[in-house]
Amino acid sequence: MSPNYLLKRLLMIVYTLFIVSLVVFAITQVLPADAAVMMLGENATDQALEALRQQMGLNDPVWLQYLHWLGGVLHGDFGQSLRTGQPVGPAMLQALGRSLLLAVLSIALMLALAIPLGVLAAIRRGKLADMIVSLISYAGVSLPEFVTATLAVLFVADWAKLLPPTGYVPLTENFLDGLAHLVLPVCVVSIILIAHVSRMVRSELVDVLHTDYIRAARLKGLSTSRVLFGHALRNALLPTITVVALDVGYLLGGIIVVEEIFALPGIGRQLIVAIQTRDLPAIQAGVLLMAATYSIVNFAADILYAWLDKRIQYD
Amino acid sequence: MIELLKRLLRTPQGAVGLILVVIVFIVVVFGPWLAPRDPEAMSILARYKGPSANFLLGTDQYGRDILSRLLIGARSTVTMAVFATLAGTFAGAFIGTVSAFLGGRADEFIMRTIDAIMAIPNLLFALLIVNLLGSSSINALVAVAVAFAPGMARITRSVALAVRKQDYVSAAIARGESSRYIILREMLPNVVAPIVVEATIRVSFAVMLFATLSFLGLGAQPPATEWGLMVSEARQYMHLSAGILIWPSLAIAIVAIGFNLLGDGLRDALNPRTGG
Repeated sequence: MSPNYLLKRLLMIVYTLFIVSLVVFAITQVLPADAAVMMLGENATDQALEALRQQMGLNDPVWLQYLHWLGGVLHGDFGQSLRTGQPVGPAMLQALGRSLLLAVLSIALMLALAIPLGVLAAIRRGKLADMIVSLISYAGVSLPEFVTATLAVLFVADWAKLLPPTGYVPLTENFLDGLAHLVLPVCVVSIILIAHVSRMVRSELVDVLHTDYIRAARLKGLSTSRVLFGHALRNALLPTITVVALDVGYLLGGIIVVEEIFALPGIGRQLIVAIQTRDLPAIQAGVLLMAATYSIVNFAADILYAWLDKRIQYD
Repeated sequence: MIELLKRLLRTPQGAVGLILVVIVFIVVVFGPWLAPRDPEAMSILARYKGPSANFLLGTDQYGRDILSRLLIGARSTVTMAVFATLAGTFAGAFIGTVSAFLGGRADEFIMRTIDAIMAIPNLLFALLIVNLLGSSSINALVAVAVAFAPGMARITRSVALAVRKQDYVSAAIARGESSRYIILREMLPNVVAPIVVEATIRVSFAVMLFATLSFLGLGAQPPATEWGLMVSEARQYMHLSAGILIWPSLAIAIVAIGFNLLGDGLRDALNPRTGG
């Protein structure tokens, strides 16, 4: 991995965030919401509104407003929420932290289940186990999060009373209770990922098992498990890194719905509130932070991939 | 076409997927005639009923027949999803083809920009667009189409580039065939196949995305029979009757599974190496 490649990848993140900032600014600019009216209320006098517009730069040309906003963002200032009047940045970052906890736990659960399921399906290819895994994964990718989440609340929380239905308790406040509130959201978020990734692992492993070097390893007299775990799995899992990183985009979308249903105060829920109340600075900050998370995860995945796969020379 | 159908039916995914999708389309076309009752007819006495001879899937919180509502709702949910996918696919295919055709710096610029836009999750992008346009079914359709276009553009471009490098295209160029012949007879059929596969699978995502938008209150509005909206409304009453929640959920899942299976089946059937 050359420094050149690293630099290129970093520039790509900057470009991504620049484009996303343009897109989100353009979308929020067109929204019929007058920030001055939102802050002062419907009954404000025209003079007061005009003074605030002047102060907030709302009468400036659009490109100047964009540059002002971008300049603020680059200094870590995302502006003030039109709804609460508080700075948006800290609130969104705190929410992002809660969402990341949900995301990391979901990915961990996904890896713990998807890889064994994929391996099982690949080595028992065409057998009953393969078909069952395949059926589960088709069902998994075909149920939207709002359906699985609602069903989970109904069956696990309301009927069986095994877990709390909704709400959020910080882990620092009460670890076990906090964890109990996270179980259902984590399961719901990871279902589609488990379904998708287990299928990827299966097809990659099936391909690898048919390569010459695996045949050679078998002919050398290595045991099946040595061939599988020592040689095949490593190479089959490499492409999975990229797939998981791309799935993070899907996961961030799923988090929005899941946080809304389970009343989890993460970035997804903040975004929904912001979109519903047309809180423009909050929408802008939320979308940028989500895009940044996605870009950084994919950057990390590319670096990890290049580091693990010595065959690939990046330049 | 007949040959393709035969190969499609030979794979289990293809056969099951095709049957499910055909059933779904029959419901979409003939739903209003198949519905045993008026989907809007309310009855205070017949609320939260379980399945019975009168109401095959029971009734909802207003005593409306769930089966009739599902049969009629298929139109809004499935038709919208198919049209959104078609629109997104055409827009994406156009951008992807132009990018591959231009090549060089322009291609690099277009693709990096598309990668950048894809950093916004599909659902969030769709939410932003619906919020911009206002909550309605048509706006949700536009939103889903716009959200799908970047992904389809990437796929189309990579397929078009891969096809252009194939030996049969080089051979056609060496034979001195016209660009028109090469594009229409050699490239297009090979570019279309993977795009059809991808679009088919994406219909299931569109159904889910569409239902999710309605669920969040940004798509179809009450008293529409859209399936996502039905699930959303059922949430308040699910303690009284689980059926109101489960049937529309199942309907969404069946459509999504159908298109997923059909897409995978098509992939196998269209690929000469794995098909047959």
